[in-house]
Amino acid sequence: MIKIEKGQKVLVKLKVNGKLYEEYTESRKLLSDFIREDLGLTGTHVGCEHGVCGACTVLVNGRAVRSCLMLAIQADGTEVNTIEGLASEEGWHPLQEEFSKCHALQCGFCTPGILMSAVEFLETNRNPTEEEIKEMLSGHICRCTGYHGIVKAIRQAADRIKNTVNKVN
Amino acid sequence: MKPPLFDYYKPETVDQALELLQEYGINGKIIAGGQSMMPILNMRLSTPELLIDISGLQELSYIRVEDGFLKIGALTRQRDVELSPLVREACPLLSEAIPYIGHMQTRNRGTFGGSLAHADPTAEIPMTLLALDAQAVIRSASDQRLVKMEDFFLTYLTTDLMPEEMLTEVQIPLNEMPKGYAFTEFSRRHGDFALVAAACLLDVDKDGHITSGRLVLGGVDSVPLAVHEAVEAMIGSVLTEELLEHSVEEAIRFLEPESDLHASSEFRKHLAKVFAMKAIRTAYQRAQNRE
Repeated sequence: MIKIEKGQKVLVKLKVNGKLYEEYTESRKLLSDFIREDLGLTGTHVGCEHGVCGACTVLVNGRAVRSCLMLAIQADGTEVNTIEGLASEEGWHPLQEEFSKCHALQCGFCTPGILMSAVEFLETNRNPTEEEIKEMLSGHICRCTGYHGIVKAIRQAADRIKNTVNKVN
Repeated sequence: MKPPLFDYYKPETVDQALELLQEYGINGKIIAGGQSMMPILNMRLSTPELLIDISGLQELSYIRVEDGFLKIGALTRQRDVELSPLVREACPLLSEAIPYIGHMQTRNRGTFGGSLAHADPTAEIPMTLLALDAQAVIRSASDQRLVKMEDFFLTYLTTDLMPEEMLTEVQIPLNEMPKGYAFTEFSRRHGDFALVAAACLLDVDKDGHITSGRLVLGGVDSVPLAVHEAVEAMIGSVLTEELLEHSVEEAIRFLEPESDLHASSEFRKHLAKVFAMKAIRTAYQRAQNRE
């Protein structure tokens, strides 16, 4: 059984975007703060810190979750994906390209969280309806762009990913 | 908006968790999926001495049909219940209710048992389980007991669970599961806490006469509220709008929901009527279609 006393620092080992990180941290440190402050990956944004705004969404073992509603020590041994890992050597992820084309962002604060949710969403739903996209986006608050461009970008990215998959097959 | 200092223990077995609860009592607080507990800690609404993280207890994550019950382990993620073909087949009311909980991103972490033990009176899982006449398996280091949902909820965020006890499983009886079901909810924005929600189970005979039914409302009292009379008063009848409205009005006449920032008492009561009627109507249609 793991036992950590107040204030005691423990080693957390996890893979972020395929790279292994090992850092000491306190039990009360949030995964969102750990990613930003200890790992230096500031692409993950922190908004409300109680799970409502969606800005801090990352993938933990492939699933989109609020990193402000997880302790860093709970992520020990997991694989985390953040916005920094989304583009590859070949260039931007289709979602990123379509967000750019459709003007789906202005200030960009909510964007990393939305993109990470959209990654899991499109993996489980290759051909989403507009209604399903909106349902997924209900977990994210954007206060400057509005959702029109975001919905369109995700729809177009879905089509592109589907076509790519079809070509490969 | 950062959690206070706490000791953190992560047991590897249910027995270890129960021993910790026995030893630390009210000073030890369980964290499962954390989708209610973490906001509470972040906002410092609670400052437990010890956090007992049970999220590693894989033995409590399962969905299975056994002895006439649908059995769901307390640590099963809400998202896994939502996507389970077994749940959809055996208990479609539950499949219909779960997508109303928060968002996909919180259902990915939030647990089935966590929501039940948290007992928010507007939460979907508690009221659905009351409608389903489910029972909770509750364990302590020295004992195990079964508690029916009608005896489980005491008041806001308070259940029959004692400090040294842990909810380990939920059992939903499948024998005589009514063919008609409906879950419906009103909130200002999708994913917000419900202002009012309604869950209905209903059966009809081949001529469309109602033979049995249950109705539970959320958001109108300090606990999920059973108002089965709303359906029971119509047993033997074919559903008409007039009968439905009268029956629901009678059944919820005594209601005095709280007023708050989000809705006045009168508005909540109005919603309770409208959404109770909506749930019964849908359940009736489905029961007829499957008869």
